[in-house]
Amino acid sequence: MEAIAVHKLVKTYGAKKETVKALNEISFSTQQGEMFGVIGPDGAGKTSLFRILTTMLLPDGGTATVDGFDVVKDMQQIRNRVGYMPGKFSLYQDLTVEENLEFFASIFNTSIAENYDLVKDIYVQIELFKNRRAGKLSGGMKQKLALCCALIHKPSVLFLDEPTTGVDVVSRKEFWEMLKGLKKQGISILVSTPYMDEAAMCDRVALMQSGRIMTIDTPQHVIEQFGKRLWAVRSGEMYRLLLDLKAYENTLSCHSFGEYHHLVLRNDTGSEAAVLHYLASKGHRQVEIKTASPNIEDCFMQLMNDNA
Amino acid sequence: MKEIVIKADKLTKKFGDFIATNQISFEVTQGEIFGFLGANGAGKTTAMRMLCGLSMPSSGSATIAGFDVYKQTEHIKQNIGYMSQKFSLYEDLTVKENIRFYAGIYGLSKPVIREKMNALLDKLQLRAEENSLVKSLPLGWKQKLAFSVAILHEPKIVFLDEPTGGVDPVTRREFWNLIYEAAEKGITVFVTTHYMDEAEYCNRISIMVDGKIEALDTPHNLKTNFNAASMDDVFLQLARGAKRTAD
Repeated sequence: MEAIAVHKLVKTYGAKKETVKALNEISFSTQQGEMFGVIGPDGAGKTSLFRILTTMLLPDGGTATVDGFDVVKDMQQIRNRVGYMPGKFSLYQDLTVEENLEFFASIFNTSIAENYDLVKDIYVQIELFKNRRAGKLSGGMKQKLALCCALIHKPSVLFLDEPTTGVDVVSRKEFWEMLKGLKKQGISILVSTPYMDEAAMCDRVALMQSGRIMTIDTPQHVIEQFGKRLWAVRSGEMYRLLLDLKAYENTLSCHSFGEYHHLVLRNDTGSEAAVLHYLASKGHRQVEIKTASPNIEDCFMQLMNDNA
Repeated sequence: MKEIVIKADKLTKKFGDFIATNQISFEVTQGEIFGFLGANGAGKTTAMRMLCGLSMPSSGSATIAGFDVYKQTEHIKQNIGYMSQKFSLYEDLTVKENIRFYAGIYGLSKPVIREKMNALLDKLQLRAEENSLVKSLPLGWKQKLAFSVAILHEPKIVFLDEPTGGVDPVTRREFWNLIYEAAEKGITVFVTTHYMDEAEYCNRISIMVDGKIEALDTPHNLKTNFNAASMDDVFLQLARGAKRTAD
């Protein structure tokens, strides 16, 4: 059975004159036990989608089900069986770690002991601080506690809205390791992130921009669909190199990418020598050019360009 | 030799027994893009607040654009620009009002404000939106406007605290083009980020762990010295050793 099924979902904000379509007829479905990623920047519509699926917000059009239950008609059934970790920390700051967890267990008529095996691997990392108030925890620890609280009633579908935003690289890596562990226990997960590199951790991803889904596929397939040769170029003067490459007549697109610029050409025959010749004529030194494998961020930018 | 515009020597900040920033020393030269990295809770914000003249150090010394962080904090504030994702523009003022407000705070004269406002609105292609409230702008536009406003008074140094969080990859790169442009004009850029590809765009970066600067070099040299394939690797090798967990 599908864990989540979304069909032509629409959400509009604002009055008549200035309306914003936060969700513009989006459709997708996820399988049970699947880790499905919604990848997109702020304003893509991720949070509206999560709030509708967790019955916190009513859609303006289309339909959606979670575990077969309708997000409008079966609100109570959905609330009983999903776990939701909102993007903004929303536990009780003046309760301790343990009190928060007990509270969430009890409102779902269960206890910490009953589902301890599910949260154990995560909870042991913060157990040392179980008497500390939630408001006094570091970002990484708050995130772990919030995940425990979203899990303590053994949800069948887990919704994580930007769990890694603003968190450093180390905590981000740890968090994804925890999610992999949960996936092994058969929980369906819908997770959103603005960090493109995290797409690789998901079974499938939807790349979202301005209320629309640009593509849905496995991360591997998204990358294969890039379909063009990607060049990585660098020189002694990176900013001037970027400007010169953008001005080059055979350039289709050029973006900074870490220590290289990523370049796609209109016509790729004999290109390497031609690019080198052009850059030499512009006075660039220490030029290096090589082919590179595109990643999700390259694909995202290409799709944004195609949809512009 | 280029002018040194930021100089910190054993700069330290204690909160009770807790040493948030522990004897950090470094220099940044004019026009340099300096990346200031570290895990959450490593002490970046505390260090940055001292460098901006907002927090008195416990010990050590530092000068910003030649001004002392203990005694000349008002001079520092006049010579720097500051932008963060959390605080930048007034949402309920229009684009023009924000520009005029900040330009006024930094003491620019009316004719200069008018001239700069026109140049800026054209450059950012914000003419059509000049009378819109800032809250109605897309995040990426806001960030570009916030950066431009932060350097409107042509400061020696601009401090950017996670300026690009949450924006799409194209806008993020356009933002970095503005940074490059400012650096070309001689403005020193001091920037924190969680995006490791952005660390690569810096001339040099420092990585803080538990209040100390554990590494400081060009991205290329750091990768070589740590025998790492990417800046991600370098960061992980250093930050995994962190003892501290509190923010």
